[in-house]
Amino acid sequence: MTTESTVEHVIEPNRKWLTIPWREIVAYRDLLLFLIRRDFVAQFKQTVLGPLWFLLQPLLMTLVYTVVFSRVARIPTDELPPVLFYMCGTVAWQYFAKCFGGTATTFVSQAHLFGKVYFPRLIVPLAIVISAVFAFVLQLLMFLGFVAYFELFTGAASAIQFRPAIAWLPLVIVQMALCGMGAGLWMSALTAKYRDFAHMLALMAQIWMYLTPVIYPLSAVPDGLVWVSLMNPVTSIVEWFRYAFLGAGTVSVAHMGTSIAVTLVMFLTGVLAFNRTERTFVDTV
Amino acid sequence: MVISVENLAKSYRLGQIGAGTFREAIARGWHRMRGRDPEEWLGTLDSDVEGSRDYASFRRAQERSGAWRETKETSRSSIRHTENGYLWALRDVSFNVEQGEILGVIGKNGAGKSTLLKILTRITEPTQGRAVLRGRTASLLEVGTGFHPDLTGRENVYLNGTILGMTRREITSRFDAIIDFSGIEPFIDTPVKRYSSGMYVRLAFAVAAHLEPEILLVDEVLAVGDIAFQRKCIGKMSDISSEGRTVLFVSHNLASIVAMCSRCLVVDEGRIAYDGDPDEAVRRYLGLNESVAGDIRWDEGAPCPETDAVRLRRVRVYQDGEALPSGAVDRMRETYIEIEYEAKRGGDHLMPAIWLKEHTGTPVLCSANVPGFNLIQDAWYDRAYEKGIYRSVCTIPACFLNARGYLVTAIIGDTNGMAHIHEEDLLSFVANDLGDSGRPRGASDVLGVIWPKLSWRTEAAAGNDDSCGGVV
Repeated sequence: MTTESTVEHVIEPNRKWLTIPWREIVAYRDLLLFLIRRDFVAQFKQTVLGPLWFLLQPLLMTLVYTVVFSRVARIPTDELPPVLFYMCGTVAWQYFAKCFGGTATTFVSQAHLFGKVYFPRLIVPLAIVISAVFAFVLQLLMFLGFVAYFELFTGAASAIQFRPAIAWLPLVIVQMALCGMGAGLWMSALTAKYRDFAHMLALMAQIWMYLTPVIYPLSAVPDGLVWVSLMNPVTSIVEWFRYAFLGAGTVSVAHMGTSIAVTLVMFLTGVLAFNRTERTFVDTV
Repeated sequence: MVISVENLAKSYRLGQIGAGTFREAIARGWHRMRGRDPEEWLGTLDSDVEGSRDYASFRRAQERSGAWRETKETSRSSIRHTENGYLWALRDVSFNVEQGEILGVIGKNGAGKSTLLKILTRITEPTQGRAVLRGRTASLLEVGTGFHPDLTGRENVYLNGTILGMTRREITSRFDAIIDFSGIEPFIDTPVKRYSSGMYVRLAFAVAAHLEPEILLVDEVLAVGDIAFQRKCIGKMSDISSEGRTVLFVSHNLASIVAMCSRCLVVDEGRIAYDGDPDEAVRRYLGLNESVAGDIRWDEGAPCPETDAVRLRRVRVYQDGEALPSGAVDRMRETYIEIEYEAKRGGDHLMPAIWLKEHTGTPVLCSANVPGFNLIQDAWYDRAYEKGIYRSVCTIPACFLNARGYLVTAIIGDTNGMAHIHEEDLLSFVANDLGDSGRPRGASDVLGVIWPKLSWRTEAAAGNDDSCGGVV
């Protein structure tokens, strides 16, 4: 029984690297689903607390920041209650950090898988970025719980308010994902070739956090250096979160515009670098 | 044409170039800027290069550090297809595969088979050339790809299945068949890390076996599991081909290649050395190895198989009368296997022996001049040999061998049970059937490693009647 098969694979050198293989990713959507499940579930098999760990980490970090930076170092928090200020920044930052850190060693950590079977490699970073959304949502809910507590039970109600900009939340999440993924794809392309970058990863993530107004507000940055901070696409995202959920944050359309532009550039070039590496990294990794 | 491959080529860079540290990459860029060939610095250690003013002193530094020796040795055997620090794993490979064919691919280790498979399964890219695969493709380079130890067997079936290219719906519809094939139903809901290695492999192969692609590319994965399971796997592969799917099968198991494949490629040092009948392909492949056809002798003074007691001088296969032009033996005549050896000292009770194997490695027989094995009496059996040269001849009867290739292993032991000389697969020869052996018409290949003439006799049973239509 001969059937005219529509599926045809052409294999030749110098595959185009400017494209995202949408068709293939859709064809492998079930794999995407299972990888997301795997990333999510495997973390908690055989643990007692399970998903509660998602909440514990930002909670503890917030506590530490509040004590160290607000009480001890007395860094300003834009007139907001410090707990809310730090929690907001941490929750937003954590998602970006997970996207970045999770995707940054894709080639090296999955080398055994990539060397044995073919599937569009971009699926692995995608799965990481999507599975991290669930943790983010849980943490956001916890954060909103704290906001509610502050609104209802403390006198700070006047200082915090939701802004209509909250409606942009889904898009901002997408932007964070693209940003983290873009930087991560770049790193995975680099670590596949030069192992130095794998060692530098933790350091880079830490430095990046300090360059982002997570533990300090953008308003505290001296005027001459604000443009440096704005070059960092995550800056405006974090400020936006504080603006939208708490009412105080230095963000404008121009700021977000810059952030989006940088994000897109980082993402597109990241995909290029990733695709280029994907072709032959099996030979050198 | 379901698979078409044109002039495929793949080269690898030797040494650490490109896979080293960023520091080395910068060093290369610097050298390139200064106008020196970066390939010169193959395997360099920066500390050795410091202070080298020119290539001569650089080379000396490398030799001192042993780096140069290393690269030279690794490429000695493939010096023919190494150029400027590049290794051509595949060169000028072209072939086409029709639907329903099972194509076998054999070759020595390092010949390029796995590279070919990696390119066809899109794991890596070719350097030159083009290949087109028409149809849903699935590849099996390893069993259990992507299995996560913390997930249960059930979850891993889905994960592994989707990695291999199935959709969730397909897996669900074949789930029962998969579990049934693997035989581990009671354990399907325990985490895979608690499985024994055998269970792991059975589950993994069960998933892979139910892929149902149009084109299946398989690397030697059948060398796992116990015999019963292996038989199941081979059976499944044959089913796949009889359903009209195309299979490309890379293996070292020559017997299974000959049994299953309709066509076979021999890959040697990156090129296709032969494309055609599997039997002939196996013969060529073995010919490419060390077995020398027909006659092998060691001259005086040349290195030869020897011990303190005995030295092998010559082993040959011959027949009386006219030799066939191709150097093959006529199976209808007696074939002689002669071992010529020198007893270096007196007093050993030497015992010549042979093993005969079919060209795929299947053992046929073992024989020696020992009474239980010997049709006649050998005057020198269990007798103290004096110093000197001796010849022992073993006669293989006429009408005994099949029309196959055979491998001879020459052995010289002694009656105390010690083996002085054991040269495995030393000689190969081919036995031909010249056509008038009374074979039933239409039989193209006689089953079995030997083809002996046995006696058959038929007679009618008493009490037969012509209207017999049922069993008496």
